[in-house]
Formats: sequence, structure tokens, C-alpha cells
Amino acid sequence: MMGKESSRPLLDTDLDDVVLEARLAKTWETPTGFWGIFATVDHKIIARRYLATAFVFLFLGGLLALAMRLQLSRPEARFIGPDRYNQIFTMHGTNMMFLFAVPVMEAVAIYLVPLMVGTRNIAFPRLNAYSYWVFLFGGILLWLSFALDTAPDVGWFAYVPLAGPQYSPGKRADLWAQMITFTEVAALAVAVEIVVTVFKQRAPGMSLDRIPVLVWAMLVMSFLVILAMPAIMFASSTLILDRLVGTQFYNPAKGGDALLWQHLFWFFGHPEVYIIFIPAVGMVSTILPTFVGRPLFGYLALVSALVATGILSFGLWVHHMFVVGLPRVGESFFTASSMAIALPAGVQIFCWLATLWAGRPVFKTPVLFVLGFIVTFVMGGLTGVMVASVPFDTQVHDTYFVVAHFHYVLVGGAVFPLLGAVYYWYPKICGRMMSERLGRWVFGLIFVGFHLTFFPMHILGLAGMPRRVYTYQPELPWAGLNLFVSLSSLILATGFLLFLIDALRSWRHGRPAGSNPWGASTLEWATTSPPPAYNFRRIPVVSSLTPLLDNDGELTVAAGLRTDRRELLITSVVEALPQSRESSPRNSIWPFLASIATSILFVWSIFSPWAVVWGAIPVALALIAWFWPKGSPEDES
Amino acid sequence: MIKALIIAVLVVSVAGCSGNQSALDVHGQSAVALKQLIVIMVIACAIIWLLVSGFLVWAVARRREVRDDEVTKRKMTVGVQSAAIATVIIVAGLTMISFYTTRLLNSAADDAVVVTVKGQQWWWQFVYKQDQNQALFQTANELHIPVGRDVRLELESIDVIHSFWVPSLAGKLDLIPGRKNILTMRADRPGIYRGQCAEFCGLQHSHMALMVIAEEKADYERWRMSQAAPAREPTSDEALAGKDVFTARQCAACHTIRGTPAVGTSGPDLTHVGARQMIGAGLLETTRGSLAAWIADPQTLKPGNNMPLVPLTSDELRQVSAYLEGLK
Repeated sequence: MMGKESSRPLLDTDLDDVVLEARLAKTWETPTGFWGIFATVDHKIIARRYLATAFVFLFLGGLLALAMRLQLSRPEARFIGPDRYNQIFTMHGTNMMFLFAVPVMEAVAIYLVPLMVGTRNIAFPRLNAYSYWVFLFGGILLWLSFALDTAPDVGWFAYVPLAGPQYSPGKRADLWAQMITFTEVAALAVAVEIVVTVFKQRAPGMSLDRIPVLVWAMLVMSFLVILAMPAIMFASSTLILDRLVGTQFYNPAKGGDALLWQHLFWFFGHPEVYIIFIPAVGMVSTILPTFVGRPLFGYLALVSALVATGILSFGLWVHHMFVVGLPRVGESFFTASSMAIALPAGVQIFCWLATLWAGRPVFKTPVLFVLGFIVTFVMGGLTGVMVASVPFDTQVHDTYFVVAHFHYVLVGGAVFPLLGAVYYWYPKICGRMMSERLGRWVFGLIFVGFHLTFFPMHILGLAGMPRRVYTYQPELPWAGLNLFVSLSSLILATGFLLFLIDALRSWRHGRPAGSNPWGASTLEWATTSPPPAYNFRRIPVVSSLTPLLDNDGELTVAAGLRTDRRELLITSVVEALPQSRESSPRNSIWPFLASIATSILFVWSIFSPWAVVWGAIPVALALIAWFWPKGSPEDES
Repeated sequence: MIKALIIAVLVVSVAGCSGNQSALDVHGQSAVALKQLIVIMVIACAIIWLLVSGFLVWAVARRREVRDDEVTKRKMTVGVQSAAIATVIIVAGLTMISFYTTRLLNSAADDAVVVTVKGQQWWWQFVYKQDQNQALFQTANELHIPVGRDVRLELESIDVIHSFWVPSLAGKLDLIPGRKNILTMRADRPGIYRGQCAEFCGLQHSHMALMVIAEEKADYERWRMSQAAPAREPTSDEALAGKDVFTARQCAACHTIRGTPAVGTSGPDLTHVGARQMIGAGLLETTRGSLAAWIADPQTLKPGNNMPLVPLTSDELRQVSAYLEGLK
């Protein structure tokens, strides 16, 4: 027990469980009713919204993919014209990267990190609420523009000068750039919350070497977001400036530089891939030990590999630019650095294989997705080694080979683990199990459908088919494979549809889960499913990597937090020794109102630079109200 | 297994008829070296993938008890370490092979044929130079080169970024406004090699193809001579009338036909348009009919392209197409 001594009745020290739960619930609950919806700062509610929204965007993005496959199913098809097609592939990429992949990984972090480190809410919970609303409005902005047939049509990479004022008149490219601003603000906010939660709110005793791999992964991801996103924010802001007020950052005729854009974009864009992939590594590393009956092999190696991947990811961006005409030395350097990342990726794979080899896997749906992930991701990694070679890349860059490669990495490497994670954590989030029988079908259809859809694209690329074409000529020998790919994509889509059905059906009709249905070892399973508003009745004390497997499942807890106000335990960064009690913000409507003010500023600034001046006033007012002092001390040591 | 079989069949069927725009159907020094690299890397990576997947299958399928003793741990440590070392060696090896391949690629000899390639939305302009670096003549979407001789392409862009890619002859290289990139290639045997823009460049990125026609030296010289000459005077009355229509109407504002008053520069030079195999950057085969169709409705055939619809009577249309077709 912890040495918090106090005789005040407001503390949780001497209360019995029932009274304690009632008091905590009263302090932490989200009020029902209309305003409660907008005022809540509960990380679980916000994470659920983030998850649901991100999956809505996933399905919308999937529909776009099907539309593209329809158009490409035969040569010179006229289902979709070039203008709409260019909007569709731009939307597909932008939506999947900015509105699905990054937010969904952050959503998982927002839900699980506070639970896995044993705290009651995420750090800066109001910022968390704000980030969700900003993300939602950014997503709505983009899809609204698509509905109005004015969606961006310059690719998710928006290369200048094509995206510049001269070749993209109108507001389409501005919408793209400003959508970036929305999602980046949201992502940066979440990243900061995760870093602080992991550094300062871990349960007592959870020293660095006892942090679950998933939490490590989310921490590394958050640092990547913090270090990479400023590059794209700078890039998109300067693009808007070029377009709106006539700066010439990217205009070679006026001393600007078209390649500067690509450097900035990929300095963000490459780490972006790892922002998506690293959380998946954490998911796999968490799911695997639960189902093989032994701890994960190589914790230290895996965590080191995660950190190494994160650092290396900033030294690879030029491999997206291998055909812009680089000097030979540059080519060699970036080939070598791109090849080097195979090592940490390899170490991760080998650790999982060793864990599987020494354990005895139970083939539940999450494990199937992990196995599918390994097979698929290794392939994507190997084609990654191929395109890391400059000469190889000159033949496959901007072809369907690369389309195949990055879908293997992103779908195989991140979406498969994510789906496994949904099957794994769904019972925690919803209190009910998803269907094991449907789960097998979902896995089978998605796995087979994926490979049938994307493997032939490697061949199409080598056979000369470039990316981002809305059609191809009948005399080219690509029609057969394209039709095959289009038909296969229906299998893949069926798998996702079944997944949706399973998730919706299980929400009401799934088998009740109990607090720890899988017999897992990490702290999120120490509380009820779904967890109460305050997460844990008492703060757990951790003495190993697998707290739920120690002491015959009896969890040691700490006492001494107040029950009459929201209070968290703050611990030290390295050893997680208790340092102080800190109050956690209550529900507030102001983050929501601030997000509306921010959205008005962002959207208005597409049309007038003066929005930055006048639009700042409501934002400032909302922030003042948000941070208005409450007159009570924030922490007690 | 069935999947692999299906795919193998598909590979074969593609390879059998992949014609002339494929990184696997190679006819030039650079492309041959690149294909070698592709084959080596694909085979190496396929073996690695089979090993990893094979191990995975064996690891999950074998019957045994869960082990967590010291011996097992040591085995795992040794296993992971050896695999990591193997990864380093393989990756280093592939990196070396990649560096070596770079040295095999063409770099232009001094006597190379020099052509300036100007990419623009959505066609290719090829400017052939004289010795004094003066433009000798220009053509569009059809690049003639002599077999067995290095060709030095100076890649420039008029508007947005494009990428020059003729996979059967060489890897791709971007055309970037404000910069000049140099791509060297050589064709080993006569033939027609198709290429197309590989960097997304807007609405009609899909219809920005080009043909490289590699010819024996004599044929190539003959072609150069004919291209350098001004347009031939039409012989038929219909074509003569077409010439008048062309120069009197908007056509001449954008197109040049050397030897006539038409000196526009924003569209392709049409001095010898009838001699080119395709029009519209690989869109249609050049015939009188396709020329007429193109002029009558360019926006339906290639939506968004920069050629406006010029209202002509059906007589004028017939005359202009006859004229253009005759510009061999």
C-alpha cells in the first residue's frame, strides 16, 4: 500500500467498494442530456467517437476504391470521367491516411493508454475533446467538398506546381491544404496527451521496463507525430499562402522551388507510414502473448526496434523522390538508409516468430489476423527493400507495383493488426464478444480478397501500368489483370462488410464478455467491461510487465486519492514513483465551442487571409472561457 | 497454392503479350541491366518470404508444450540473433548489387544524339538540335532514335511535373519546371517502344503516351531529313482548301506548320503530322477519319485537354483532315 496518510473522509482510503464506486461515479460521470454529449471529457467516450468516425471514413474510402476498380475494370471505360476520377483517388488517399489511419491509431491510444497505464483519464482531457471535434469538422469539410463535386483533385501528395495557383484554380487544392491543418491540429493535440499520460500518469511501480509494448508503441508514434507533422503544416500553410496571397515558395519562375514541396511533404510523409505502422506493432505484441500461453519474447529488443524505427524513419524521405534527378551520392545514402530499416523490422518479426515457436497458439480471430499480418507484411517489407534500390525504383516508381507495395504495408501491416485488435479489445470497449464464427469468415474473406486484389498489381506495375491513371488504352495488355483485380476487390469488400455486420450485431447481441475474457495480462483487463467512468476503483500498483498474472490474479492497489473531485496520481518518469495528486479537468462545453471557432477560422481562411485576424477573436474568447481559473489548487504533493 | 497457380498463369499470359511498354520486355542497355536487378531481387526476396512463411507455418503447426525454460530462451535468443545478422548480410548484399547496377546504366557518350524533351499538359514535345545548338525541327509524341547509339534526352517541363518513362529502354526520370534532367538511353534493336507519363500531371495524365521509334541508321537519317524539310504543298484541291481553312481559322494560332503562315506555338508542331503513327499523345491512330474526329470534338475524345472546339462546317472539316493527313 502506498504511504498516503490522511484522515479526511473525502479520500478513498477507508471506504468500502460499493460506497467508493458510487462516489467515484458521481465525480467522474458524464452528465446525460444534450449538453453532456458535447461537454464530456471522458477519454473512453471520446475514443469511441474517434473510432466510430475513423471507421466510417474507412468504409467511405473503401467505396471510393470500389468506384476506381469499376472504372479500371476495362480499358477506356466511361463510368467515371477524369475529373471525378482524380477527385476520387485524391479523396481515397487523403481520407485513408489523414481521416482513417492516423486517427484510428490515435483513437486506440486514447482508449487504451490510460487504461493500460492504470490512470483515470488521459492528460489534458479537454484538449482531447477539442481534438476530436476539430478532426470531425475537418473530415466533414473534405467529404462535403466531395459531395459538392469540388473535392481536391491533385493527389494526396498535392505536388506543386500542379497544386499551385496557376494549374489548380478554384478552391479544391485549398480545401485539401486546410483539411491537413484540421487533422494535424487534432493529431498534435492527441500526441501531446499521450506523451504526458505515459510519462507522468503511469501506475506506481510501472517503471520504464514494465510499460506494455503497445504503450511504448503509442509513445513512439506520438513523438513521430510531434516531430513530423510540423513539416506538413509548414508545407500546407505555404501552399495556401502561394495560392491566396501570392507568395512564391514553390514557383520556380519567381525563385521558388518545386522540389522543396516534395522534401517537406515526404519529410512528414515517410514518418507518417510509421505513425501508422508502429501502433500496429504494439497491437501484435500485445495480442500474441495472450494467445500463445507465454510472455512475449524479446521485450527489450522489440522496444529498441520500435525506437530505432522511429528514429530511422526521419532519414528515408528521399526514397519517395528517387526519380527527380538526384546526385549519385544522395541516391546511395538514401538507398542504404532505406535498406537499413529492414533490420529493426526484421527483429520485430523474428521476436514474434520466436514467441509463436515457443508457445502454443490458440487460433482465435485476433491470432488469425496476426498470422495474416506476418505473412502479408513480410511481403510488403520485401518489396520495400526492392523499391529502396534507386535503379529498381526507376522502373516501378509511380506504377501499380508501388500501389501493391504500400497496400501490403499499410493494409497488411496496419489494418490486419487493427482488425485483430478490434476483435481483441471489442469486449473491453463494448462489454460483449464479437462472433468467433463470423470472425473466421471475416478474416478469410479479407485475407484472400486482399491478396487476390493486390498481388496482381505488382505484375501490372512491372508490365508498365502507371498509377493515378483514370483509364488505359485497349492495345495495352493490362485489361485481363485489371478485371481480375476489380472482381477480387469485391471479395475484399465483402469481408469488410461482414466485419461491419459483426461489429454492429455484437454491440447488442454479443455474448457478455466479463472483465478479462482472454485471460490477458495487462491492466485494461483489471476493470469491468466496459470500464466505469473512473476506470479503476483504486489505482493499481505494478510490479512486473504482466500485472494480472502475478499474485494469482490479485491486484495490488494504491489508495489516497480524493473522491469528491477528479484526481489523478502523478508519478515519476523513469521509476513511476508517486509524486503528487493532480486534479483532472471536469466536463466543459468550451472545447466544443473552441473547436467550432477554430473551424470557422480555418474554413474562412481558405477564402480570405483576414480570417486569421478576425477569426482569431472567437477562438481567443473560447480559450479564455476554457481556461478560466476555478479557484482551487491544481495539485497536492 | 491455387492462388499461386492462378497468378503464375496470369504472369505467363501477361508476359506473352506485353508488347512494348514493360520493364520485363527490354531492348536497351539500361533496361536490360534493370531487368537483371529486378529478377535477382525478386528471386532473393521470394526465397526469404518462403523461409519466413515456412517457419511461421511450422512454428504454429507443430505439437508441443508451452516452453519457458532457460534452454528454450537461449535457443530463441540465438535464433533471433542469427536471423538479425542474416538480415544485415542480405540487405547489405542487395544494396551492393543495387549500387553495381547503377554503374551499368547508360551514360551518354560524346557523340550522343541530343534531343530536348519538353513535357506539357498532356503531350510531349521533342526538339532535335543542330550542331550549333539551334533547334533544327520539332515533333510531338514520337521520338525517333538511331539503333545502337546513345541518345541524350534533356528533360524539361513547360508547366507541371511529368515523368519520362519508356520501360523497355530505360528507367524513368522526372521533368521538373525550373530544372533540367538528363536521361541517357539506347535501343539495341529496331522497334517501337511505347512510353507514357508516370507522374500525375492533371486531368489527362492517362493520355500522355509517346512512341520511341528506333531505326537503323539509314532509316533514321532519312527520317531526319524529311522532318527538317518544310511542309509539303498539298496536291489535291480538297487538301489545298484545307490549308486555307487551317491558316485562316483559329488552328494557326496554336499550331505551327513550317512553310505556311501557321506559326502558333502552344500546340504541337504539325509540319509532318501525317507521318506520325498516333495523334493526341497515343490516343488514336493517325488516319483521315481520326483527324476529323479529333478536330470535330477534342473534348469528348480527351476531356479537359487544351485543344478547343473550333466550329467548322463539315466541308471544312473534311478539307482540313485531308490536308493534315497529307503532311507526311
